[in-house]
Amino acid sequence: MNILYKAKRFGAIIAAAVLMQWSTSILAQDTIKVGVLHSLSGSMAISETTLKDTVLMMIEEQNRAGGLLGRQLEAVVVDPASDWPLFAEQTRELITQEGVDVIFGCWTSVSRKSVLPVIEELNGLLFYPVQYEGEESSKNVFYTGAAPNQQAIPAVDYLMNEIGAERWVLAGTDYVYPRTTNRILEAYLKAKGVADEDIMINYTPFSHSDWQNIVADIQRFGSTGKKTAVVSTINGDANVPFYIELGNQGVSAEDIPVIAFSVGEEELSGIDTAPLVGHLAAWNYFQSVFNDTNEEFIDSWHSFIGNSSRVTNDPMEATYIGFKMWAEAVEAAGTTEVDAVEQAMIGIEVPNLTGGTAVMNANHHLSKPVLIGEIQDDGQFEVVWETDGVVAGDAWSDYLEGSRDLISDWTEPTRCGNYNTVENRCLGSSSQ
Amino acid sequence: MQSKSFIIETLQGDTGGRILIAVLLASCLIFPVFNLFVPESSVFHISTYLVTLFGKYLCFALLALALDLAWGYCGILSLGHGAFFALGGYGMGMYLMRQIGDRGVYGDPLLPDFMVFLNWTELPWYWNGFNNFGFAMLMAAFVPGLLAFVFGWLAFRSRVTGVYLSIILQALTYALMLAFFRNEMGFGGNNGLTDFKDIVGFNLQSDVTRAVLFVITGLILIFVYLFCRHIVKSKFGRVVVSIRDAESRMRFIGYKVENYKTSVFVLSALIAGIAGALYVPFVGIINPGEFAPLNSIEIVIWVAIGGRSTLYGAVLGAILVNYAKTRFTAVLPEVWLFALGGLFIFVTLFLPKGLVGFFSDVKEKMRKKA
Amino acid sequence: MQRVVLILSAVLVLFGLSGTLSTVDAQPEDILQAPSSLEEIVQSLATARRNEIPALVENIAELEDLRRRAFLESMLEGQIYFTREEQRVVRAVRIEDQFQISDSLTGEELGLVGTRAVGRVSVNNSLRRNLRLLIAGIDLEDEEPGIRLSAVEYLVSQAATESRELLLQLRSVESDDSVSLAIEEGLALVDLSSEDPLLRSAALDQLSGNLNNTIRNAIRQVAEGDPDPDVQAKAEDALSSIQNKVELYGYVQTLFFGLSLGSVLLLAAIGLAITFGVMGVINLAHGELIMLGAYTTYVVQQTFPNSIEVSLLIAVPAAFIVSGLFGIAIERGIIRFLYGRPLETLLATFGISLILQQLVRTVFSPQNRPVSNPDWMSGQWQLNEVLAFNYNRLYILIFCIIVFALLSLLLKKTRLGIEVRAVAQNRAMAKAIGVRSGWVDALTFGLGSGLAGIAGVALSQLTNVGPNLGQAYIVDSFMVVVFGGVGNLWGTFYGSFILGITNKIMEPWAGAVIAKILILVFIILFIQKQPKGLFPQKGRGMEE
Repeated sequence: MNILYKAKRFGAIIAAAVLMQWSTSILAQDTIKVGVLHSLSGSMAISETTLKDTVLMMIEEQNRAGGLLGRQLEAVVVDPASDWPLFAEQTRELITQEGVDVIFGCWTSVSRKSVLPVIEELNGLLFYPVQYEGEESSKNVFYTGAAPNQQAIPAVDYLMNEIGAERWVLAGTDYVYPRTTNRILEAYLKAKGVADEDIMINYTPFSHSDWQNIVADIQRFGSTGKKTAVVSTINGDANVPFYIELGNQGVSAEDIPVIAFSVGEEELSGIDTAPLVGHLAAWNYFQSVFNDTNEEFIDSWHSFIGNSSRVTNDPMEATYIGFKMWAEAVEAAGTTEVDAVEQAMIGIEVPNLTGGTAVMNANHHLSKPVLIGEIQDDGQFEVVWETDGVVAGDAWSDYLEGSRDLISDWTEPTRCGNYNTVENRCLGSSSQ
Repeated sequence: MQSKSFIIETLQGDTGGRILIAVLLASCLIFPVFNLFVPESSVFHISTYLVTLFGKYLCFALLALALDLAWGYCGILSLGHGAFFALGGYGMGMYLMRQIGDRGVYGDPLLPDFMVFLNWTELPWYWNGFNNFGFAMLMAAFVPGLLAFVFGWLAFRSRVTGVYLSIILQALTYALMLAFFRNEMGFGGNNGLTDFKDIVGFNLQSDVTRAVLFVITGLILIFVYLFCRHIVKSKFGRVVVSIRDAESRMRFIGYKVENYKTSVFVLSALIAGIAGALYVPFVGIINPGEFAPLNSIEIVIWVAIGGRSTLYGAVLGAILVNYAKTRFTAVLPEVWLFALGGLFIFVTLFLPKGLVGFFSDVKEKMRKKA
Repeated sequence: MQRVVLILSAVLVLFGLSGTLSTVDAQPEDILQAPSSLEEIVQSLATARRNEIPALVENIAELEDLRRRAFLESMLEGQIYFTREEQRVVRAVRIEDQFQISDSLTGEELGLVGTRAVGRVSVNNSLRRNLRLLIAGIDLEDEEPGIRLSAVEYLVSQAATESRELLLQLRSVESDDSVSLAIEEGLALVDLSSEDPLLRSAALDQLSGNLNNTIRNAIRQVAEGDPDPDVQAKAEDALSSIQNKVELYGYVQTLFFGLSLGSVLLLAAIGLAITFGVMGVINLAHGELIMLGAYTTYVVQQTFPNSIEVSLLIAVPAAFIVSGLFGIAIERGIIRFLYGRPLETLLATFGISLILQQLVRTVFSPQNRPVSNPDWMSGQWQLNEVLAFNYNRLYILIFCIIVFALLSLLLKKTRLGIEVRAVAQNRAMAKAIGVRSGWVDALTFGLGSGLAGIAGVALSQLTNVGPNLGQAYIVDSFMVVVFGGVGNLWGTFYGSFILGITNKIMEPWAGAVIAKILILVFIILFIQKQPKGLFPQKGRGMEE
């Protein structure tokens, strides 16, 4: 934001004329505008602020390298304040008032769901950088985080085959991501011959802080002599008290390992990890992966944020990949126009931070490697297992009744996010 | 002609109300016209963004009006009006959800997407009937009203007053929030209801529908304002105000205080429910976050900032605070909470009667000088 | 020395049996055949692939080299690294942004290196378990009976002592009684799966009443499918008596959970009981004052990074002062203009709470801050095999009661306390008889805020320290105060514990969410019956 622009905006406020907004669309056309839609206040600020900074860093780097199409990039940052309707409202503002060409944003599923109708109506472009429950594929959204088959299924395979887990606790926060993931896992485990009584499912509210009985229950469930593992889709805030309770009740990773899908370096930086050593997480990226691209990324992050103790994490990598891909697609298309960029995106390859290559598939999801890491006493993860090669993200799970026959393919001639392969037709509103 | 005289009579001595209604009527005209008929290139064009934004503010204004009726005139400081609002919103949300029909991503003709997703095989019984607009709207007002009636009937008879009442209303909205967060409840859990397509056959994403919704909301606000003004001016209204000021005395005189309070409370909840129902088409989503206890506190703040017990003050407060929030989050994303928090403190310390009180004080002083 | 080999091979065989080894591709034979010294094997760790490491570790344990235990221990602690340049295996300890490295066997200092100069020798869960078993195997030989005892107990608890000969041999040379007893238990456990029904029956006699989990599972197996009906019946008896005990201790545990939750509620609410209950200020910034206390703990720990153990003792008074001063500032700056207008305090304090939240976001970043738990706050007080109390919760419970007692004393016995109550009951009258009500108000509000700060210190040991900390507790705090009765400290006291225990009793059958909802509904209904809370304030102070 340049000063003049800011000053103009301030002036506008002071005037406080209710209908003052007519003039804001007269903006310099010589920059490419990038909307940043991450909560900077409210309950999600903890996670999302980092992503806002990541996007700003990427923009700065891109500008230093000469921008895009000979134009400089300009970030438009707003604060949706962890308020879901506000996400939709600000998306509309970003696209229609600010005229942004692309939006990087959202963390929670509900914020994405809130944005979705608006971004489709206005034909915008959203890059969504967080692992999620799948069951979605919009023409206007690129999903650079993991789908369930890129996180949950490999994680369970690891526990089953390498650790020998026979009894399963599926513990999650009561919202759509854990619900779906656990449904998928339950179906998967049963398909693998796990009996009903060997699966315990538990849901807790957001920010649950008193884990005494649940941890005691898990311990009891795991005390039958069969190897027990916990698959945790516990979200955000609730993790710290959960892990503290695990540590204090002496549930060690050697007895009952906990594998988490929402706990990364950022979450661990808020706790003393000594009692958690050995518990696991499944992601597509860990800061500890050693290669030049990653070291470079970590260095530039540290110098951008001015603090060498800040960590990097998976959603940051997803933001990184998304941004790089978008930049390449814009160059390839020669324009920032959404339809052209959308088509150019498919098939684009950029190096990921774990030493491989990320590919954008026709279903708007990435191909990524899956890594399993164990928590170390310094808050980092040690990779203990990884898939051979990359796994393609699956928009529609094969393990859910409703979506078994659905695929997403945004290339011609299908051009459909939810195509039923049995009935050979595009479902829902996109068919009309 | 009768209705005209009714309006004039109601607005007698209510300068604020007259200005408010004039502004609202003008908006109902200006917004759609300048949105639909003025080309986008013109400086006079009002964008769809502004139409939905101000449409949302009008719903909040209606909600603030509801609260001012209960708090400003009857002394019931409800810290749970967000619950009535959200329930109304869910009523509308369920209707809009049913309207999607087979256009959901799974193409199921009956079940909303989130139910297919969680392997529900049939529609829960309480979703029946919500495909009918009339029924849904009835429920959107009736359910909050019923809840308010049960709650009020219990609380006012037991003479629960003051902070106790406020706090248990917080408990009520908090409990509802937790309940609606549960996916087993069948209201879509945390994700709530979203991805709406159309309302009584009109595409929700078209500018015309939005403009019409804006006008309807504006007219409802005007109507409800007149209605509230009429009530507070009536004999019933004067009894209610007396109860606010001296509850025990009114009881001794022989008034059934709890009946009056319950009636006002139910009325207020009905209005809040209507506000919620109107709100959903503008924002396109309803989810349990609307039940958050802090939301209910915010409503009180709108009313307090605008000016309590004036009705039009509540409307003004709701629109101004929300406008400030919208501007601050966009212009000062990193520090807007300082500005908003500072505003609240400033208003309490220096404008104890809210903005409306401030204006009338200024007017009073000018008159004395003159 | 012969015995060592016997023990280790027995332990190793058992690994194979229990299937914990994850060496899928490695061929231990190849490595076993290579004649190696400790130095050579250790060095090969630098280049070993992840799945080769377990076999190498076993080789190390088999060597009769006295340095092996220390090395395995370092490995267990995750301190064994290799230098990326020379591929040399070293022991490394992190010191801020660098590693202090030393020779992994001799301990010779090799200086400081950057974090990227070394990589860790991968140790995962199964390897960590193997390491513990190997170390326990070595420890069976130790001079100290205490170490031998924990080694035997560990092996028994991991069901890794299925070799009767090994145990018999150990028993024959064991001189210490408690170790012998542990070995006997191990033997009995082995005997449970013996062919001989008499042996099984004798083992049941010995093990009945034992709460150890491994033993309980072994007995359950006998009870479920022993060929001998007598033995089976006996096992069933033994199992049900154990289960009765376990159930009983389960109730005790639930009660403790409830008390602990109650103590957290009480700490969070007690400051509010003063500012809201006694002064009538609807203080929505109360949660943020708690948050300030938690951040104070963080700052204290950052300022004295070497004295984490005593950090909480410093943090308690520090947090009291910090939050107290903030409270006094809020009272003098804003609230004193609003007395008699309680609802406006709601508005102003809501503004304050927004500002304080954003303040910590700006000063400390929006991320959660790490607050360490001192060692004495970690772990459990193990009363027996199935009943244990977490130290952090136990201390917080005790702490909370001490705080409450001190507060009651303060209000009852000191002049300030009397003045506080006087002002609360009748401001005008108190003023008339010479109480400086302004001063009292400031101090009272400061006291309430300071108590919130103390609660923050306690909460920093249980949950996230971040900008949202306060919001998580504000609603609960108000519920507790209203439920207990505004203006009555004992009401808050009983209210917290009643709500805490009820919640924990309901949680197992209702689930966490429903339990919470039921509690809220209960409060709502309770207030209808008892509109002034559990302990209604008498007198006319609370009439608006």
